[in-house]
Amino acid sequence: MKYKLGTMAIAAIMAAGPVMADLVFPSLSYRTGPYAAGGIPFADGYQDYFTMINARDGGIGGVMTRVVECETGYNTEKGVECYEATKGEGSLVYQPLSTGITYQLIPKTTADNIPMHTMGYGRTSAANGDVFSHTFNYPANYWNGASGAIKYLLDENGGDLSGKKIALVYHNSAYGKEPIRTLEELSKKHGFELSLLPVDHPGQEQKSQWLQIRRDRPDNVIMYGWGVMNQVAVQEAANIRFPMENFIGIWWSGSENDVLAAGAAADGYKALTFHNVGSDFPVFDDIQQYVVDAGEAAGAGDQIGTVLYNRGLYAAMLAAEAARTAQGIHGVADITPAMMRDGMEALEITEARMTELGMPNFGPAFKVSCENHGGPGLVGMTQWDADTKTWSMISDFGPSDMEVIQPLIDEDSAAYAAENNIASNC
Amino acid sequence: MLYREAGDFSSTYAQDSQTFPIRFDRYRYYFVLAFAFLVVPFLINDYWANAILLPFLIYAIAAIGLNILVGYCGQVSLGTGGFMAVGAYACYKLMTAFPDVSMFVHVIIAGLITAMVGVLFGLPSLRIKGFYLAVATLAAQFFLVWLFNRVSWFYNYSASGQINAPERTVFGIAVTGPNTDAWATYMFCLIFLTLSAIIARNLTRGTVGRSWMAIRDMDIAAEIIGVNPLKAKLTAFAVSSFFVGISGALFFAVYLGAVEVGEAFGIQKSFLVLFMVIIGGLGSIFGSFAGAAFLVVLPVVLKIVGVDWLGWPTDIVAHFNLVIVGGLIVMFLIVEPHGLAQLWRLAKEKLRLWPFPH
Amino acid sequence: MPEQLIFAMEVFLNGLMAGVLYALVALGFVLIFKASGIFNFAQGVMALFAALTLVGIMNGQVPFAHIINATFGTDLHYFGWTVPGLLAILLTMGMMVLLAWCVQRFVFRHLVGQEPIILFMATIGLAYFLEGVGDLMWGSDIKTLDVGLPQGINETIDEVTFGWFGYGFFIDNLDLVATLVAAILVTGLVLFAQYTKQGRAMRAVADDHQAALSVGVSLNFIWILVWSLAGFVALVAGIMWGAKSGVQFSLSLIALKALPVLMLGGFTSIPGAIVGGLIIGVGEKLFEFALGPALGGATENWFAYVLALIFLVFRPQGLFGEKIIERV
Repeated sequence: MKYKLGTMAIAAIMAAGPVMADLVFPSLSYRTGPYAAGGIPFADGYQDYFTMINARDGGIGGVMTRVVECETGYNTEKGVECYEATKGEGSLVYQPLSTGITYQLIPKTTADNIPMHTMGYGRTSAANGDVFSHTFNYPANYWNGASGAIKYLLDENGGDLSGKKIALVYHNSAYGKEPIRTLEELSKKHGFELSLLPVDHPGQEQKSQWLQIRRDRPDNVIMYGWGVMNQVAVQEAANIRFPMENFIGIWWSGSENDVLAAGAAADGYKALTFHNVGSDFPVFDDIQQYVVDAGEAAGAGDQIGTVLYNRGLYAAMLAAEAARTAQGIHGVADITPAMMRDGMEALEITEARMTELGMPNFGPAFKVSCENHGGPGLVGMTQWDADTKTWSMISDFGPSDMEVIQPLIDEDSAAYAAENNIASNC
Repeated sequence: MLYREAGDFSSTYAQDSQTFPIRFDRYRYYFVLAFAFLVVPFLINDYWANAILLPFLIYAIAAIGLNILVGYCGQVSLGTGGFMAVGAYACYKLMTAFPDVSMFVHVIIAGLITAMVGVLFGLPSLRIKGFYLAVATLAAQFFLVWLFNRVSWFYNYSASGQINAPERTVFGIAVTGPNTDAWATYMFCLIFLTLSAIIARNLTRGTVGRSWMAIRDMDIAAEIIGVNPLKAKLTAFAVSSFFVGISGALFFAVYLGAVEVGEAFGIQKSFLVLFMVIIGGLGSIFGSFAGAAFLVVLPVVLKIVGVDWLGWPTDIVAHFNLVIVGGLIVMFLIVEPHGLAQLWRLAKEKLRLWPFPH
Repeated sequence: MPEQLIFAMEVFLNGLMAGVLYALVALGFVLIFKASGIFNFAQGVMALFAALTLVGIMNGQVPFAHIINATFGTDLHYFGWTVPGLLAILLTMGMMVLLAWCVQRFVFRHLVGQEPIILFMATIGLAYFLEGVGDLMWGSDIKTLDVGLPQGINETIDEVTFGWFGYGFFIDNLDLVATLVAAILVTGLVLFAQYTKQGRAMRAVADDHQAALSVGVSLNFIWILVWSLAGFVALVAGIMWGAKSGVQFSLSLIALKALPVLMLGGFTSIPGAIVGGLIIGVGEKLFEFALGPALGGATENWFAYVLALIFLVFRPQGLFGEKIIERV
């Protein structure tokens, strides 16, 4: 952001002239609106990674990358506008960053032959690549998250949860209701008692829910929250003296934003994750050198190393790797969205490759296939330390209970296939 | 010069009472219609359809509906989002239950169902007035959204609670689902908008419309001269909800293709449509169009100018967007408090005398 | 005493507390509506704007930093000082008075004598405008607001009620403070309106603009005064709600919680806002407690409106609203 608005305008007009061969990665971001605090770091991370790739490696396979940012404000209608505005530029992969926009784009991207990557959000059953040919949600989805939380609790309790009480506090929307089915199945399997506590949008007033938790004294609380609901929930949990280490949030409830407002009281709060946290990775040196020092950092440049920044970085890394895979498969450097889809379907992330990229153990190692667009569903756990104001990983990326999740995925995707007359894809 | 009635002679009552009594105006109207129906479908692409024209057409229908209630009958409603949701979910249930029936029929039946729900929530208007009535409609708004979120029958028990529009056709042409052509969806919505506008225009200048306006101007006086307030208010709610329901059905099935009730039909939608009606001009069909255009097209234009032409960071543009829209609303009000429709009327007066104002 | 009854009592008390918080927001609406007949849609955004400004001043944030940096290529974020809470509140109050002056000077002065719906529309524009300016000035990230308000369970009440019922009641300290502040605020406003010259002038304007003008009351001054007061109430509401959730965009949505309160209590009555708030708070919490589990929960939002609706059917002008007299 070291250039002036005026010169940027001229540069933009000049850039609009000749069409150069480049790999276009649209970033449907939300830096405004009620969820801006969650959208800004992700968008910054996504953009910074590609800026670094361009400066350090000269793009992917010799072709420069270009990030086209479009502001959605987390609003579905603006998301549609953004999609239509950017798809003509040869956009390789969409990451809409909103469950609403995802549902919108699943049929559209399929019809337009452009892949979409919804990492840790969106339609869970899109993991079934047989039905959802152009939608990918590796490395983990909401149901993996729910199962991962239960698995963590199983480990904590010596493998037995029978007789325990677990409460789910969730955003009363499609997103928040995602884990209910999985948790119900798991409660049958492991014999714990599940209680459901919906919180209406936006979630500034949660007294009823937390009074009920105080009365019922569940052993654990799992939260699927978003936006202001997270901060209020953490604060209310602290108010009723609910032990923070028994309070687990999904990854969208586990960033710095969600716990800082509650101060010291939030210490010990846990959140699920599918990527590593902190800035203790070699890749951050490159970002400092090629992006920050060059004055090219996205946004205000103050988000580097936060949880959501890392998520954006991780998403960009997976996209870049998929593009590289696609280049390898098709032997073309300037790939098309259709080739990108093949690359995503053949994507394999190994520990060795991540180390090579300066991101050792940044995420789980996984492999995508035609049938499985969701990866193995490995999730880890992070914990908040209020003194040092940092999140840290407290468990490795572990498997979730696919035995329970897979039938649910098959059932939901079969219903979608039947409703929309989709033939088998693999 | 323009809009001049000189040389226009009406020799029948029908001629005298037509919507556009001035010949120039009438030809302009025919020209706009011809352009919209015969030229635009050949020029349209996906971006124009999905980013600008479809939302404009659909919001214009909703604004016409709400304008009947607020502008013509004087009943302030903040339940538009909820009623749009009724239309959308009714349409979804019909589409999935009767896949072979034409979309046209589904949308109209969805409108009728919404009309019935609208009448139900319109009942309190017989007793509650003004801003206080807004509470009755807000109750509808929040309750309906909660209901559609809560009862899984409405979304066919899908795991996510979202509803998806499968592919449905009109005369063999797909108008919903992913594989639609831009012109088909555009024409489908345009037909509904044109019919809505014609129906609304003719209703509002007939007996029903006059009884609405009598209620709006002073309900006690209207009652004394023999207007039945029960009938007038409930018909206004019914007709208004019918249009709003149609727009909700189109919004879901044709425009978005997948919605989640809380996000797509939340309280923000109610406010947005009300803003369109007020900014466009209360009690004016043209105002509904102008208001919808103002709030749908202006942000897109500002975004294109700011981001694509000037290359500014997207967040600064989005913030400026708010500042500019807000500033323009206030400025328009100071210049002309009765909305864009009144500005248009004044412009016509000026054009009539132009270039010799005296 | 049966357990359920004890729980219901706890819910009842917490409902009262929640009601006070709703009433704080509703007060701002009432003040402006009473004095000028304007239904101020921007009240929620004003609360957000006030809270943002307060945090910005306290943390020594550079206003418009993002746009300055983008224009001049600088890297400004903070001045590097912090301002103590009380001084920052005073400075913010100054800002709100300035805002009131601007609103009066540039908007409503040009709209004197217009219909209520047009004035309402102007506040819509104002809401958009303020939201954009607030974001541009202070950025849209979540800010922690710490003016030293206590939070968390009140130990004394917990222990005492445990001694009585064998179950300790949960009352949030922040809610107790909010109640105290609301009590002081309402008393202050009522005293101000009854016993000061400006207050009397304010009531005169509320009764009849023309008549007030003709006896020499400056409408201009009174409206700036009223908007400043509403700004002050917005600041208080912003602090109370912001302490819970951090200061962020969603703060502007608290206006939605105040609407049923307003309808129930009447647009024109300050005590009405308080009583309405209490009824709504208790009603929605008890309903959620009693029937929420059976209905699947999250009923509070719509029930508040349904409750207000039921009251309105019997008293169409709200509980304390002026009787609507209609003449032909």
